[in-house]
Amino acid sequence: MAHAQDQILTPTPSNTIVPEKVREGVDLEINGRAYRHTGDAQMPLLWYLRDVLRLTGTKYSGEHGEGGFDLVLVNGKLASATTVPVAELAGKSVTTVEGLVAADGKLHPVQQAFVDEDAIGCGYCTPGWLIASVDLLNRHPQPSDSDIDQLPNLCRCGCQTRVRRAIKRAANGGRA
Amino acid sequence: MSVRNDHPSLPSRRRFLQVLAGTAGALIVGIPLADAVDAPVPASLQGDTLYGLGAYVRIDADGNVVIGARDPDTGTGTATSLPRIIADELDADWTRVTVVPLGLGVEDNNGKPHWTYGHQTSGLGDSIPAAWGDLREAGALARWLLLQAAARRLGVPADRLRCEEGNVIAPDGRRIGYGTLADAAAKIPPPDAPVALKTPDRYTLIGQPAGDVDARAIVTGQAIYSLDSYAGDTVVAVLTHCPWVDGSVESLDTTDTLAVKGVLKVVQLKPEAGVPLGQTVRAPSVAVLAENTWAALQGRAKLKLQWKAGSQTESSAWFEQQATDVINDKDAAPTMRVRDDGDIDAAGKKTARRVEAIYVQPWLAHATAEPMNCLARIDKDGASLVVPTQAPQRAWQVVQRLTGLSPTQIRISVPRVGGGYGRRLDHDYVAEAVMLAKAVEKPVKLMWTRDEDLTQDYYRSACVHKFSATLDAKRQVVTWSQRMASASALAQRGMADNRLWTSEVDAHQLPAGLVANLRSDWYSLPSVMPRGPARGMPHLSNAFAVESFVDEIAHSLKEDPLVTRLRLIGEPRMIPLGDGRTLDTGRLINVLQLVADRIGWKNWLHTVNGFGIACWHVDGAYVAHAVEASLQGNRLNIERAICAVDVGRVINPTGLEGQVAGATLDALSTALNLSITYKDSQVQQHGWKDYPLASMAQLPDTTEVILVPGDRDPTGASFLAMPTAAPALANAVFRVSAVRVRRLPLMKELLRML
Repeated sequence: MAHAQDQILTPTPSNTIVPEKVREGVDLEINGRAYRHTGDAQMPLLWYLRDVLRLTGTKYSGEHGEGGFDLVLVNGKLASATTVPVAELAGKSVTTVEGLVAADGKLHPVQQAFVDEDAIGCGYCTPGWLIASVDLLNRHPQPSDSDIDQLPNLCRCGCQTRVRRAIKRAANGGRA
Repeated sequence: MSVRNDHPSLPSRRRFLQVLAGTAGALIVGIPLADAVDAPVPASLQGDTLYGLGAYVRIDADGNVVIGARDPDTGTGTATSLPRIIADELDADWTRVTVVPLGLGVEDNNGKPHWTYGHQTSGLGDSIPAAWGDLREAGALARWLLLQAAARRLGVPADRLRCEEGNVIAPDGRRIGYGTLADAAAKIPPPDAPVALKTPDRYTLIGQPAGDVDARAIVTGQAIYSLDSYAGDTVVAVLTHCPWVDGSVESLDTTDTLAVKGVLKVVQLKPEAGVPLGQTVRAPSVAVLAENTWAALQGRAKLKLQWKAGSQTESSAWFEQQATDVINDKDAAPTMRVRDDGDIDAAGKKTARRVEAIYVQPWLAHATAEPMNCLARIDKDGASLVVPTQAPQRAWQVVQRLTGLSPTQIRISVPRVGGGYGRRLDHDYVAEAVMLAKAVEKPVKLMWTRDEDLTQDYYRSACVHKFSATLDAKRQVVTWSQRMASASALAQRGMADNRLWTSEVDAHQLPAGLVANLRSDWYSLPSVMPRGPARGMPHLSNAFAVESFVDEIAHSLKEDPLVTRLRLIGEPRMIPLGDGRTLDTGRLINVLQLVADRIGWKNWLHTVNGFGIACWHVDGAYVAHAVEASLQGNRLNIERAICAVDVGRVINPTGLEGQVAGATLDALSTALNLSITYKDSQVQQHGWKDYPLASMAQLPDTTEVILVPGDRDPTGASFLAMPTAAPALANAVFRVSAVRVRRLPLMKELLRML
C-alpha cells in the first residue's frame, strides 16, 4: 500500500479513467458535416434540423410534408424533411438550404438567380423552392416550362412567375 | 384591407425628431423617448450611448448607415421601401445602408402606452402613405445637419453645397463623406421647424428599382422568422382546438400523452368571456407542452379527448341558403342602405332592357405560409415576445391585459413574417402563448400545426350578390341595384352595428358615380363561424361580382365588353363620390386601355382563346387586368395575365411589380381552387391537399405588370391587384367556353358546367 503522500502526487492510473460511454445514435451527414443524432431515432428530420441543430432554413410545411416548404436533398434526391425519420438517414448525406452556399460565401447559381429576379415574397417558402429548383436543374439542366410546372411547391404570395424566371436564369448561366 | 375603422391613431404631431451623438462619432436621428432606460431600440441602432431615442437612422463615423424599418414586413416589401424613402431624403449611398426591423415602439405615458414610432401596422395598404407623410423628415433632418457641419468645415454656405451618395460636395468639387461629418453634425442643434423636403426632380432612390433587403438572408436560410426563434429553456407547445367556439371538454385522458418521452405537461385553455374576437383564445383548446416539437406532436396524437359540441351549429350550405333567400326576398329590408343615388324605382320603369344575375362566393381562409406561432417569456417584472404580427401595437394590448405589466415592461420583436393577409391583425395565438407561459413558468414556443391553422381561422364570409340593371335604347345604364348578403368580419369585435357593413362592401365602388340611379344594399347574416379581416376585403368579392356583371351586360348587348365598360365610364373627368372620395375616370380608362392594348384586345372577337378584362379602384389607386385563357378538353390554361396599376408615385418599381404580380397570382389561385366548407360547424379542409393553392402548372407562365408613372402622393398597393384578376379570368373563361361562372371556386363550377 502506497503512502498517503504518494497518493497525492501520483497521477491516477490510466486504467481507472472511465471513458464516457459512446452514445448510440444515428450517424449522418448534413451539409458536408458529420452529425450523430442520439435522441429519438423516429424524430422526423425536420425537427432534428430545427429543434436540435437550429438549422431553421428548412420550414414547417404541413403535417404530411405537403406544400414543399420543408424540402431537402437526401443523397441528392428531393425529400420532405417532415416525413423522413432520422433513423432512415444513417450513413446518408442531407443538403438543406443552408448547405447550398459555398464555403467562401458565394451563392449557389440558383440562390443568385432568385436574388437577381427578386423571386421572394414573404420568403417563407423560398428555401423549399431553392432546393426543388436545384434538384430540377440537376435532372434537367435546360428545363422546359412543363418541366418547371412539375415542381411540387406552393407559394401563397404568388411568386411563381418570378420563380420561373429565376430558374430559367440559373439554367442560362445567370443571364436573364 | 380597407377595414380601417379600428386603426391605431397616428401619433399626435409634432413630437419632432431629435438628434443625438453616439460616443463613437455617430449621428442619430429619431424620436425622443420619455423613458430612457427601457427604450425598445435594437442594439444595432443604439450605438454606444444611444438610449432614449426611437431611432430611424444612424450614420456611423465610418460612413455606414443603419435605418430602422418600423412596419412588419409580411412579404409586402416595406422593409425595403420604407428605408429607401428615408435614404433618398438623406442622399445616402444605398450600398452602405443596413436595414434593421424595429420591434414595437412603446413608452410609458402615465401607465398608458404611447406608440413611439407612430404607424406600425402592415397589410392595410397604408404603410407607404403613412411613411410618405412622416418618415421622409428623418432623412431630411439628418441631411440638413450634415450640410450644416460640412458648411462649417468647408467655409462654404450650406445652400451652395449639395449631397450625393453619402457625400457632401462643394462647388469647387471638394467632397466630404457623411461618416466624417457625423460627429460634428450630431452637435448642431436641430432647427425649430421641419426642414424642407426634396423636390421630386432630385430623387435618386425613389422610383428606382431595388431588390428585397432580406434577399440574401432568405435564400441562404439565415432569415429568422418568429417560428425560427428559440429562447433558452424553451418549452414547445402544440394545441388541438375545439371545433365549436362555445364547446367544451367532454372528457380528457392524458395518461398516454404524458408517457411520451419529452412531454412535460398538458394545459387546457378557454376564451375569456367578454373579450372581443381576435384578442383572446379563439376556442377551447388543449395544449401539449414538451421539450421539442416532435415530442409535443406525438403527445397530441395520443390525447384521449372528446369535445362537447357547442350550443349552435351550422353548415356552409345552410349559410349560403340563408344568403340566397334574403337576396331573393323582395320585401326584405336591408341591414344597411350603403348607397342610394337618384331614384332607381322611378327611373327603372321607362327603360328598354333589364339584366339580372346572382353570384355566389365561398368562405375563405387566410392560409399563411408560416402558421400562427409565438415565442413568449413572461416574468413577474417583464415580458418578452417574438410575434409574427401585422399589428404589434394590438399584440401589446393582448399581452398587457393578460399580464398587467406596464407599457415598457413588455417587449415585442417582430422579425420578417411569413405572410399576413389580415390573419395577423388578430392575436388569439399571442393570448395562448402568454397563458401557457404563465401556466408553466417557462418560455413557451407555441406553434399551430397546419390543420389547426386552416380549421381555426377567422374566415372571410361567403357572400351572395344579386344585381339588377336597366338600360335605355342608347345602351346607357340607367339604374343599377346591388344586393349583397354576408356575415360581417367586424361582428363581435366591438364595432357599432351601423358600421358592420364596412368590411363587406365599399360605398364608393364601381359603378358608383357612373350610374345616376344606383342603390347598394347590404344584408347582415348571422353565423357562428368566427370571421375577420382578409386581404382585399371588401373589394375582392365585390369586384368579382360587379366586373362579371358588367360583362353580362355587354353580352346582353352583344357587344365588346371593353366598349361597354368605356361607355359606362364615359369621358375623363373627376367625379365626387362623397366622403371626400373622388373617381378620376381618366386614370381608370388609362389602366383599362393599357391592358387592352398589351393583350391585343382588337382581336377580341376573333381569337380562339378567350380574352377577359376588368377594372377597379381602391382608395385613389386604379387597377385593371386582362387575361387570356384557353381550354383543352377539361383543362383550363391561363395563357397570359396582364395587370396595370396606377398608384401615384412609385417608390420601388421592383417591389411594386412583385406585389402586383403576387396579388394577381394569389387572386387567381383563390378564385380557381379555394373554398372553405363546414358541416356541424366543423371546417372540412385540413391542409394544402384540400385547400389547394394553385400549382405552378395552373398559373400563367408570365405575369405582365404595367406601372403607370405618376407624381401624386403614393397610395398603398399590397392588395390593389387582387380584385380584378378573378373577374378578368371569369370573363375570359366565358369567351372561350360560353360558361358564365357565377359561383366560385371557378374550376369546380366550370367542370360542373362544361
